[in-house]
Amino acid sequence: MGKIAGTSSLQAVDLHCVRGERKLFGALNFTLRSGELLRIAGANGSGKTSLLRIACGLLEPTRGEVRWGGKDIRRLQEEFWRQLVYVGHANSIKDDLTATENLHVACTLAGVPRQAAQIGEALRRLGLAGCENLPARVLSQGQRRRVALARLALSKGAPLWILDEPFAALDAAAVEHVQDLIAEQLSRGAAVILTTHLEARITAAAALRIDLEAT
Amino acid sequence: MLAALRCVIYRDLLLAVRRSSDVLTVLLFFVIVVSLFPLGVGPDPALLRTIAPGVIWVAALLASMLALNRMFASDHADGTLEQMLLGATPLGMTVAAKILAHWLISGLPLVLISPVLALQFDFPREFLWTLTLSLAFGTPVLSLIGAIGAALTLGLRGAGALLSLLVLPLYVPVLIIGAGAADAAVSGLGGQAQLLLLGALLVFAGAFAPWAAAVALRISTE
Repeated sequence: MGKIAGTSSLQAVDLHCVRGERKLFGALNFTLRSGELLRIAGANGSGKTSLLRIACGLLEPTRGEVRWGGKDIRRLQEEFWRQLVYVGHANSIKDDLTATENLHVACTLAGVPRQAAQIGEALRRLGLAGCENLPARVLSQGQRRRVALARLALSKGAPLWILDEPFAALDAAAVEHVQDLIAEQLSRGAAVILTTHLEARITAAAALRIDLEAT
Repeated sequence: MLAALRCVIYRDLLLAVRRSSDVLTVLLFFVIVVSLFPLGVGPDPALLRTIAPGVIWVAALLASMLALNRMFASDHADGTLEQMLLGATPLGMTVAAKILAHWLISGLPLVLISPVLALQFDFPREFLWTLTLSLAFGTPVLSLIGAIGAALTLGLRGAGALLSLLVLPLYVPVLIIGAGAADAAVSGLGGQAQLLLLGALLVFAGAFAPWAAAVALRISTE
């Protein structure tokens, strides 16, 4: 299992987030180094997803900045995004495409084109053998989530994973698989941020935890 | 990067093939609107010949409006747009690829069928190419300008009406120049000047619109 080359640290500096009239969080600081896992906890509506979207660069923080390797991610743009895998609330799956086609498109957009064989292997790992060529429309909610998460098995070279509720809609076996994937990735030297309601059992060199309280 | 752009175009074309009803709706709308005019204004050949370029252009413009809503909306709804925003390719290029795919799906069929529709109006055959060429240059401009509007109104309530209000005024110059090309050709002035203007508009819009749409997408997905 090779280590990922060129990992950097993700640093949040004095992050504030106001959505509408509501202040979600303020003065948030953390540093996430290579091999570390950050779990963001908090009640519904406490700003977990907003924090993840800010960390990705999808959302502008009201104040403060996020740095990757010491540089503001708003300056880095594609340079940062090339190293990031984000699995959001939405599965990012097209109903009219098959599972394989969906993953092929997702990987190519991320700049790491994958062969059909590799994609098939990733789908099998997530327990989707036999569903490779079914249109996503006929898959169940849990199966779609698995397809979205199969991207993780195809993105082992990415030094940063940001996962929003990765275990939602998954059954126990799939949760196990995804936890293994995350643990493997951490041991490879990547950093992982996730939100979850489950008490995830993931072995990590260092696990951080941020509690956002609902106000 | 080229692989990613090819992939976006291929994906959108594949989706269009699997949902061919969307494509056919736009084309049918265009054909029906254009065909209604001879029924409405009566069978006077001289009149029909005069109004042909204008009617075909207005119908093409409305048909391309009809398709605009879909440019980013479904990608926004299922989250694939977020992945494009976080892609390794500069967003402007990805958007350019999406606009090209959108034109191939909703603009090109209109261009190809327009000579047939012009015959309904007894439009002089020697000038058919001017009309078709004006649409071939003009409809991509409509898609490019429309992309900015579609990106700005993404996810808003009543996006459809707002989009029309936003985009139609910007379509007016294209309409005037485009319909003017065939008119000028028929009246013996030659349509080259208008075609060159349309070409210039296309180059200008092609260079700037994808980047403007990209910025608009970042704002409206926040």
